[in-house]
This record gives sequence, structure tokens and C-alpha cells, in this order.
Amino acid sequence: MSLLAAMLVVGVGFVSTVKAQEAAPAPAAAPAAAPAAAEPEKKKEPTIDQRVTDLEAYVLNSGAPSADGKLAGSAGPGHNAWMMTATALVLFMTLPGLALFYGGLVRRKNVLSVLAQCLGIAGLVTILWWICGYSLAFAPGNGFLGSLKTFAFFKDVTGATGGSGPGWVSQDVFAIFQLTFAIITPALIVGAIAERMKFSAVLLFIAIWMFLVYFPLAHMVWSGTGFMNGAGNADSAIKAIDFAGGTVVHMSSGWSALILCLILGKRLGFGKEKMAPHSMVLCMIGTGMLWVGWYGFNAGSELAADGVAGSAFTTTTLATATASFVWAMVEWLLKGKPSVLGFCSGAVAGLVVITPACGWVNTNGAMIIGLAAGIVPFFAVTWLKGLIGYDDALDTFGVHGVGGTMGAILTGVLADSSVNSLVPKVSSLTFEQLKAVLVTIALSVIGTVIAALITKAVVGLRPTPEKETEGLDITDHGEEGYIL
Amino acid sequence: MKKIEAIVKPFKLEEIKEALTEVGIEGLTVIEVKGFGRQKGHTEIYRGSEYTVDFLPKVKIEVVVREAALEQAIKAIITSAKTGKIGDGKVFVLPVEQAIRIRTEETGDKAI
Repeated sequence: MSLLAAMLVVGVGFVSTVKAQEAAPAPAAAPAAAPAAAEPEKKKEPTIDQRVTDLEAYVLNSGAPSADGKLAGSAGPGHNAWMMTATALVLFMTLPGLALFYGGLVRRKNVLSVLAQCLGIAGLVTILWWICGYSLAFAPGNGFLGSLKTFAFFKDVTGATGGSGPGWVSQDVFAIFQLTFAIITPALIVGAIAERMKFSAVLLFIAIWMFLVYFPLAHMVWSGTGFMNGAGNADSAIKAIDFAGGTVVHMSSGWSALILCLILGKRLGFGKEKMAPHSMVLCMIGTGMLWVGWYGFNAGSELAADGVAGSAFTTTTLATATASFVWAMVEWLLKGKPSVLGFCSGAVAGLVVITPACGWVNTNGAMIIGLAAGIVPFFAVTWLKGLIGYDDALDTFGVHGVGGTMGAILTGVLADSSVNSLVPKVSSLTFEQLKAVLVTIALSVIGTVIAALITKAVVGLRPTPEKETEGLDITDHGEEGYIL
Repeated sequence: MKKIEAIVKPFKLEEIKEALTEVGIEGLTVIEVKGFGRQKGHTEIYRGSEYTVDFLPKVKIEVVVREAALEQAIKAIITSAKTGKIGDGKVFVLPVEQAIRIRTEETGDKAI
């Protein structure tokens, strides 16, 4: 049993796989391991019992198939189909969802620079992921980082199950699913530094940032050996939970965005010139795509098409629609008009705050999160930003940093073990969440400072004032968004 | 001959056109313009950032009339364009030296 457990922990980090350890009845797993241990040389035809147990494990997503059964190494078609769909949905969030959401919010002279940054990040991160990023994030290692070699150049990352993937999903599908998260996270940072960072600087900064912040953080929170993986690593030092990336994706990008925009300085003419969005229509289209794509992000993070995925799907809808409505109503009350940007900002804030909680909370919890997401980030972007006076151009910190932090903490308050049996049994989950929040902020701030200073020394961060005034579309990319 | 240049609220255009047609004006030119007067602009708020928009959209109507029809035309415009609120616009009257209809080469009042 301990052998099997060890094997499963390797395959892990993940709710669905780990479930086998905690939730599956012992007799279900034992027959699978026992004959193999007793007669290692002769391969017996599996018994009907064993075969039924494997099939039940597939239908219930209650653990990987037995190692000597007929299903060993095979992906479960239903789970695999959902994960490929979810992966495409998450990529759709960046291209073109986030690109249009951000693109619409900048001035028309910089719309293409935002699109180019999203496209550039998608390619750059994919290459890094293939070389060693996936291995650093998800191979077994210490509490902080995986291994440089295990899955380098996608070695052993195949259509079979096993490796670091969950029980019924192909390893390559799992690796690409995780890649789409690694793409959108740095792309979110672009919002804070929009309209005033050279393309070369963006690429270099992101490349360094992935190694200093993203790969370690993804490992700490989601891999089977991560020290903040409360649900998937029995030996984790901090028993925190993060269903779909409140810390890894939103806090890391949000806090890094704040630091980078402080280092970078304000846009030329900030506070004097009009810097209103050039197309609220594009922004709204992008918001809709983000919302739809987010179902892959949140419900896909169950890594299986099971009941918890359905629960994440439901809470995501409730929280997002509520937050969108509440934000616009608060705006109506305090600013006089409910704006389209208000509805859009509220929807994104709702998606962000429910992200770490989606597979852990019940529907009441989702409604509380929706309400909080429509209010707290609203004050972050309308009041806090003006008070401190940083130029977070498209409010990455206000929405993702503040929203992600609030979501991580609320997950601890609202997690419900009747929704998901993997909620860690600790005296105060909220306290564990707070520890994870502090680690995430520290890592993001330090990593961003280092990456920004290296980038500044090597290529410089900002375009010349002349180029910034002309617009990055022409000066960095030689194109115009709209030719009349 | 006189030229009337009237800068008015865009939503009043149709009413003004009908009023001018009723007093016998047979042709006019319309231009979409932006500008400000004593009304100043308006404020737009995006996530708490307030921007003052100085130039508001207006419509400029240009129409050339015979001296005899001038008073009636001005009255038609003013009556139909008025809402009584700030931002209703202005009417300017300018002298016109000559008018020529290109097809027939008629000149003066006959060309209007």
C-alpha cells in the first residue's frame, strides 16, 4: 500500500489523483497491488473483480488504473476529452480574449503592441515550457522546484497516463493544459505596463520572470512535492489550497505587475492627457471570451470530468455574474452611471476571486465571493490607485493582485468538505492560506525586482519619449491597428 | 443672397430640415462637427479616472437663401432647434457674393 501511495504521490499534486489515497476504499486499491508484489514475474490475466474496480475508478475518478490491469497507462476517454477541451478554452482566454480585453483599453496607437505582447508571450513561454519549464514546475523534486532533467524537452511526456499527470489524463494533455496557465499568467502583467515598455524588454523580463517566479510557484502549489500543496502533498509544510490559480496565476501576476509598474514609472502625460480606452467594444468582446474560456481554467483544474469539476463550473458562473452586476451597481451609486467597463471589470474580478475557491466552496460561498469581488477590487482601482498614485494602466494589480489575494483568503474561510473531500483537515485553513499568501507576495516582489533590474541593465525598459508619444504600434512593430 | 450657418444639436437635424422645407428652402448642406461654447464639454469616467471631453458632437447646417427668405429661414431654424437648455447652438449669417448652378450656368437668386 505504501508503494502504491508513493507511486500515486509521484503522479500528483492533483486533486483527482490524490483522491485515490484518501477517498477510495482500501479494498479497491489493495487487490491491484497485492498480486503484483507476490508474483512479480508471471503476468496474470486480471480478474473480473480487478477489471470492474478499474472501470469504477474511471467512472468515479477515484484513482489511477491498477498497474497490471488492462487499462494501465491508458487515458480515460471522457476525462481526456474534457481536458483537451479545457486546454483549448484556457488558450482562448489569452488569444484572443485577454488580448482584446487589454487591447480595447489602451489608446489606439498602442493596440497592436498589446496584441503582439500576448502573441509573443504565448510563443516564448511554450518554448521555455518544452525545454525545461514543465520539468521545473511539475517533475518530482524538493518543496520549491522540480527537476531540470526529468521531463526536459518533453522526454517521456506522451499520450499515455502516468508521470506527473492525473490518473486518467494523458501526460501530454496535462502538460499542455498547464502550459496554457503558464502563458496567461505573464500575459496578465502586460496590463500594468501597457503603452510604455519596449517589446524587447517585455520578452526578456518575462523569460527571466518565468524562472524566478512562475516555475517555482507552480511547483510549490500544485506539484506532488510542493511545500504549499495542502491537498496533494501529505508532507507539505503549508497546508494551503488553490484550486485553479489564485496564488500561482493571479496573485503572482498582480503583485509583480504592481512592482514592475512602479519600477517602470508612469506613462508620459499621465494625469494630464486623456488616456481613455480606445474601444470599449473590443474590451467587452474580450471579456466575454475570458469568461467562456475561464470554464476551462476553473472546471478544467479538477483534471477530470467529475462532480467536483461540475461544482467548479457552477460556482464560477454564480460568482462571475454576481460580481459583474454588483460592480456596475456600486459604480451607479457612487459615480452616477453603470458603465460597460464597470460590468466588464466586475466580471473579470469575479472570475479572479472565485479561481482559487471554485472547486472548494458551495454555491452560497460562491455568492459571497461574487459580492465581495464586485466591491473590494472596485475600491482598489477607483480609490487606492489614486491614493498611492501608481500608473497601473489597465488595473492588473487592482483586479488580479487585490482580487487574487482576497480569493486566496476567502477560500480558507469558505472551503466546504462536503463539496470536496480533499479540504485539508487543519485547525485553521485560513491561517494556512495567509501563509501561502505571504510566500506568494514575497516571491513575486523579489523575483520581479531582480528580473526588472537585469532587463533594465541589458536592453533598457522604456522606449524613448519620442517613440512612446508616437505609439508602440509603429515604433516597435511597424504597423497600425486602424488604417483609414 | 445670404448664407446661414447653424450649429445645432444632432438630434434636432430632422426637425430643422422639415421646418426649412416648409418655408420653401430647397437645398442644404450638413456637416458633422465637434466643438464647444459656453456649455463646455462633458466628463467621462473609466474605472475612476475622470476625463473632461471638451469637444462635443454637433451638426452644422449650411444653407444659402434669397434676402427675402432670410428672416423666415432663421425663424424656422431657431424654432425647431430650440430645447431651451444650454448647448442648443448658434446661427451665423454671412453675405454671399455669387452663386452658380453648374449644370445650367444660371447665376444669382436663380441658382439657389
